[in-house]
Amino acid sequence: MAAANEMIAKEGVEEETVDAVRTLADNYKYGWETEIEMEYAPKGVNPDIVRLISDKNEEPEWMTDWRLSAFERWEKLEEPTWAMVNYPDIDFQDIYYYARPKSMEEKPKSLDEVDPKLLATYDKLGIPLREQMILAGVEGAEAAPAEGRKVAVDAVFDSVSVGTTFQKELAEAGVIFCSISEAIREHPELVKKYLGTVVPASDNFYATLNSAVFSDGSFVYIPPGVRCPMELSTYFRINAENTGQFERTLIIADKGSYVSYLEGCTAPKRDVAQLHAAVVEIIIEEDAEVKYSTVQNWYPGDEDGNGGIYNFVTKRADCRGDNAKIMWTQVETGSAVTWKYPSCILRGDNSQGEFYSIAITNNHQQADTGTKMVHLGANSKSRIVSKGISAGQAQNTYRGLVSMHPKAQNSRNYTQCDSLLIGDKCGAHTVPYIEVKNNSSRVEHEATTSKVDDEQMFYCRQRGMGEEEAVALIVNGFAKEVLQALPMEFAMEAQALVAISLEGSVG
Amino acid sequence: MEAARKSAKARLEAMGLPQRRDEYWKYTRPDLLTTTDMAPAALLVTDEAPLFDAIDRLKIVFVDGVFDAQASDDLSLEGLEISQLKDAPDWAQSLYGVLEENGQSPVARPLAALNSAQAQQGIVIRANAKVSKPVSLVYVRKSDTSDAILHHVIRVEEGADLTVLENGPAAARLNTVMEVDVADTGAFHHVRAMGRDHERRAATHIFGRLGHESVFKSFTMTVNGKLTRNEVVLDINGDNAVAHVAGAAMGDGDFLHDDTVFITHDSLNCESRQVFKKVLRNGATGVFQGKILVKEGAQKTDGYQMSQSLLLDDDSQFYGKPELEIYADDVMCSHGSTTGAIDEKAMFYLQSRGVTKIEAQDLLVLAFLDAAVDEIEDAAIADDIRGRLEGWLARRRD
Repeated sequence: MAAANEMIAKEGVEEETVDAVRTLADNYKYGWETEIEMEYAPKGVNPDIVRLISDKNEEPEWMTDWRLSAFERWEKLEEPTWAMVNYPDIDFQDIYYYARPKSMEEKPKSLDEVDPKLLATYDKLGIPLREQMILAGVEGAEAAPAEGRKVAVDAVFDSVSVGTTFQKELAEAGVIFCSISEAIREHPELVKKYLGTVVPASDNFYATLNSAVFSDGSFVYIPPGVRCPMELSTYFRINAENTGQFERTLIIADKGSYVSYLEGCTAPKRDVAQLHAAVVEIIIEEDAEVKYSTVQNWYPGDEDGNGGIYNFVTKRADCRGDNAKIMWTQVETGSAVTWKYPSCILRGDNSQGEFYSIAITNNHQQADTGTKMVHLGANSKSRIVSKGISAGQAQNTYRGLVSMHPKAQNSRNYTQCDSLLIGDKCGAHTVPYIEVKNNSSRVEHEATTSKVDDEQMFYCRQRGMGEEEAVALIVNGFAKEVLQALPMEFAMEAQALVAISLEGSVG
Repeated sequence: MEAARKSAKARLEAMGLPQRRDEYWKYTRPDLLTTTDMAPAALLVTDEAPLFDAIDRLKIVFVDGVFDAQASDDLSLEGLEISQLKDAPDWAQSLYGVLEENGQSPVARPLAALNSAQAQQGIVIRANAKVSKPVSLVYVRKSDTSDAILHHVIRVEEGADLTVLENGPAAARLNTVMEVDVADTGAFHHVRAMGRDHERRAATHIFGRLGHESVFKSFTMTVNGKLTRNEVVLDINGDNAVAHVAGAAMGDGDFLHDDTVFITHDSLNCESRQVFKKVLRNGATGVFQGKILVKEGAQKTDGYQMSQSLLLDDDSQFYGKPELEIYADDVMCSHGSTTGAIDEKAMFYLQSRGVTKIEAQDLLVLAFLDAAVDEIEDAAIADDIRGRLEGWLARRRD
């Protein structure tokens, strides 16, 4: 990693920060490939491929029709070009849209029947597919103290879900956690009621493509009043070459329920870029709360910008009921190109949306990410905290929208975006949109570190801290609080990023 | 000059007139500025004394966009070369349309190209020294259907210092371009008050180029007007230069005010500041699209951008897009934007001390706008502007 090691930090940037970024730029640890016999659909996309995917998943006719109408729509759409990312044209006909391990042809009835090679893959990634009392998750899990917490995992390998753990125990609590293909078969009434209601099939170019060709993904339903007894997680692995992964996640938190959901992803190192276009829809009813956390670690490409994943993702949560809450937390370190805006529709009165993001780009990575906070309900609140760190020749853009509609009386938004540049060949950009259509709401957007909560500042200053020290403490403390709210294994991976100082920041 | 007009026409044809779907016209409908079927705009009747009357200045008058020699002072002042656009000397002819063309990338500004292609009226000014008094462009309007295009070309030479004032409604519909080339160590000050006529429409453009250690400061006051789009495009390409752009706007009712600013930093150790304040009521709309672009190598840049709006009632709206695009690491760039109602605690404080509600509100509005007015260096001119803001508020008390 010559480029990363030669990274020269400017004065005022702490050594720790540089180290943290350098470590992240180090050899991608998940770049190996599983040798496994695969079954592919023919390359390219057309109505026959859409039907074939639907067929493979044994879907009912209404689902096939839904896909086909999405495909029809997609053919009329144009690829968006407004994001600050540059990449060679994607030949959408030169991609495999469906790839599954041959051993998955007959659906394994239990994890014992799953191909050992697949189990070994997840084992190597640190994702336990055995139901055991250890921390599931990413690197470093073995070293973490086992607190006996359980995490249920849905493991998606290329186009199919390999298995979902703890289903029985979850079912006892009334929670449905399974692959979306299974949900379409087993719970059609729920899927029919909610699918496409947050991200319509015609939403945007990539979401529409996903609607036509999504092969698998996760489905979660938390019944009224249920606090999900464990954390749920999905782990996405792209393995096959020239394959696109199109997963679809649908999460429904019924009245008064709560769930914390985690998502992780990796892919092998390859010279040729691969496409990943996912859709995540979350429905949150009255008094319910969902926490959605992502550590996105797709292969970022090599130091010369060859290969890597093109990550075009549409994520949106709809706080339908009063007092509904959504919290998005994302740690974005992977992908050659990221195009991702986890958004919140704050429809219910007193609903709350939060978005916490740390995006790190290095070498030739490009990230254009942010959020939309659409305030429709009265007294709705939102908070955006975004930290972008750019090194090498990378480009990092925050793009966001805060919209206060006329009926969103007494609503509140606070946005803070900070960017840090390490090296003089990279870029950091901020593109916020602010739309205010009533006067009882307050919208604040800041890109400086000077306006942290005055009372906290006063407290720190009163005790003899310098202004910068106080700001760093407060903002870091705040970020830490968020990251610590993540499950242990995620927090551990993210810890390297928390150390990053705010000094020398630009917004 | 004909060649410059032709090339501007070609630019315009290539980019086409602005459309609602254009990213840079997302919040402001361009129709009123482009329609050929122009509705007349009633003239404002007022007994107010003209602005800047007490200030010693060189007055140049345009009536409905046409130079009025009789009403204007002699076009001569020590340290200045001044003439009408039609008599532009060589230096001005070779500058005409150049800064406008530079400002067309990366964002197209079709109405500015239209201006360069068609403008016949305007003034060209070259400052060779510190000029003793401001050049004041007074825009009188007598017709309710005038559709004026003005194009000014200004060059501030090394070590020179020039202040330009602009005020008045100018026309029912106005399109101006001001190209300002500030040489090394030159200083340019600009204070503008848009006309108060309710129905006037205006699209104005300032294209500035800043040399080493130069200073560029521009302030605009806007009260009333159906539609105002003020674009400022500055290209800082000398080290240690300073660029400030500020605006105070108050709108009541059918009013849309749009500040679109694009500042490019392409040299070392420069400072730019954008301070825009808007007070909106009875359904008025405010728009701010500000951008700071720091190019690779433009180290030690200090860029600041502040956009604040007070919504005095529930019908008024604000749209903002404060953008940063940064390719240099050793810089300090920040932006802030706040939108909301008047501070109730401050209102309560004043009222509890015997200030009436309306007076308290006006006081807080003036205090809010003052951060923008403060950007005017000349105290007498700043006071003149403050007086107008007070007057506007006072007239709305009845």
